[in-house]
Amino acid sequence: MEQIFFYVFAAIALVAAVLLVAFRNPVYSALSLVTAFFALAGLFVLLNAYFLAAVQIIVYAGAIMVLFLFVIMLLNLGHSDALERVAGKYRRVAVVLLAATLVAQLGFMAGRKWAGMPASEDAPLFTDNINTIGRMLYTRYLFPFEVVSVILLVALIGVMVMVKGDREGGENQPR
Amino acid sequence: MDYAIESTVKVVVVFAGLLGAVAYLVLAERKISAYIQNRLGPNRVGPWGLLQPIADGLKFLFKEDVIPRHVNRFVYLAAPPAILVPALMGFAIVPFGDSITLWGREIRLQIADVNIGILYLLALASLGVYGVVLGGWASNNKYALLGGLRASAQMISYELALGLSLIGVLMAAGTLQLDEIVRQQSERTLFGFLPGWNVFTQPLGFVLFTAAAFAESNRLPFDLPESEQELVAGYHAEYSSMKFAMFFMAEYAHMITASAVIATLFFGGWDMPWLVDPGSSSIGASLLKVLAFLIKTGFFMFLFLWVRWTLPRFRYDQVMWLGWKVLLPLALLNVFLTGLYLTLTN
Repeated sequence: MEQIFFYVFAAIALVAAVLLVAFRNPVYSALSLVTAFFALAGLFVLLNAYFLAAVQIIVYAGAIMVLFLFVIMLLNLGHSDALERVAGKYRRVAVVLLAATLVAQLGFMAGRKWAGMPASEDAPLFTDNINTIGRMLYTRYLFPFEVVSVILLVALIGVMVMVKGDREGGENQPR
Repeated sequence: MDYAIESTVKVVVVFAGLLGAVAYLVLAERKISAYIQNRLGPNRVGPWGLLQPIADGLKFLFKEDVIPRHVNRFVYLAAPPAILVPALMGFAIVPFGDSITLWGREIRLQIADVNIGILYLLALASLGVYGVVLGGWASNNKYALLGGLRASAQMISYELALGLSLIGVLMAAGTLQLDEIVRQQSERTLFGFLPGWNVFTQPLGFVLFTAAAFAESNRLPFDLPESEQELVAGYHAEYSSMKFAMFFMAEYAHMITASAVIATLFFGGWDMPWLVDPGSSSIGASLLKVLAFLIKTGFFMFLFLWVRWTLPRFRYDQVMWLGWKVLLPLALLNVFLTGLYLTLTN
């Protein structure tokens, strides 16, 4: 039963990910990314990681992708010319970087498999994963956790500065 | 096998009850708005207009289903189910009673007691915005698009307050499971006489959550996505017949789930203080607990209607101001105060 669900979710995730790149209309691309997120959340549920599944939906599908859609609709990015001008230059670089990441990940997993390392058997993670994740985040991984928060804060302040700077410049400069 | 049958029966009963409640909540809205405005309201179909929902349903089914030629067909057709399905799914984790013993079998009165509990509900609440945004965009109509854009900005803003206002309750309870939160409330007494409901320990959290829940279900005074005087009908302006009905049903299903969650988290759910012993498990006590839950939920459903016909709509900048500069800081303050209290007492 679990195996069937795994293959169904995995297939949906892969098809959605390919469609994301294949669609010319950015709204369709965003929707296929949402579908891929749902399939990933399904895979997390199969691994008993209910918390991750819920967070995946709340943060990615529920907040970030809604913002993406918001921007796409607001700027009406239906015409690919504008996208082409910005993203076209870096396309090759992106392809190389992403392919390298994929190969590295596959190599890492294959290496573990060949070295005979079993899948993680952390029992508390299966039975009580919310408490375990919470405790880990605030003890063992406290420093990385705080660093991530600071990075997000920096991005937030950066946006504020950019938006504010623009407006002041517009008002003060004589035309 | 027994488990499968039990679950199926529960799902069917709750689903039918929810749809029936949606139909009659629409009638209640029309009746109550009529009394508030000194009118009679629908009173022709059946005694006191009680069969009006059937007439409404038939009307929706037989209306001509117009699909305008300028819409984006696939997304246009996908939007109504995309809003209705999460709205109906939310009720699955609400404990509408304690447990009932039938034919020697103890049945929990909750469809799914998932261990992420309230997070499941927040996830579904955050998905509700897709139907609105996609419906507005696919209609290819400037009013619908504006409604969709407003909805996405508003729902993202209030989701933060919605989630943060709950943190206080969750910190004090130490669990995300709604069933456990209700049990804790029913088993304690505050100052010797008050029922141990969270509304007395988390008054600020209750007010913030209720305000954010109004905004999340797009009800007045937060109904800017469909404000009819400016945007015709906003995101569902181009929808007709049963597709419009699906948007409409989703709004009422959201209200019912929001009312049930407020009753569960802040008013002790199925707890009936003084009258029913929380530990008692006779059939009479079980039914009384369900009744207590229904009364509390019903009151908050009434509150939703009452507010709609009492308050005028906010201006859009006021909505954003309230969400980001009032509700969000107050929710953070609530988290801080709860944390301070828990640290000092433990």
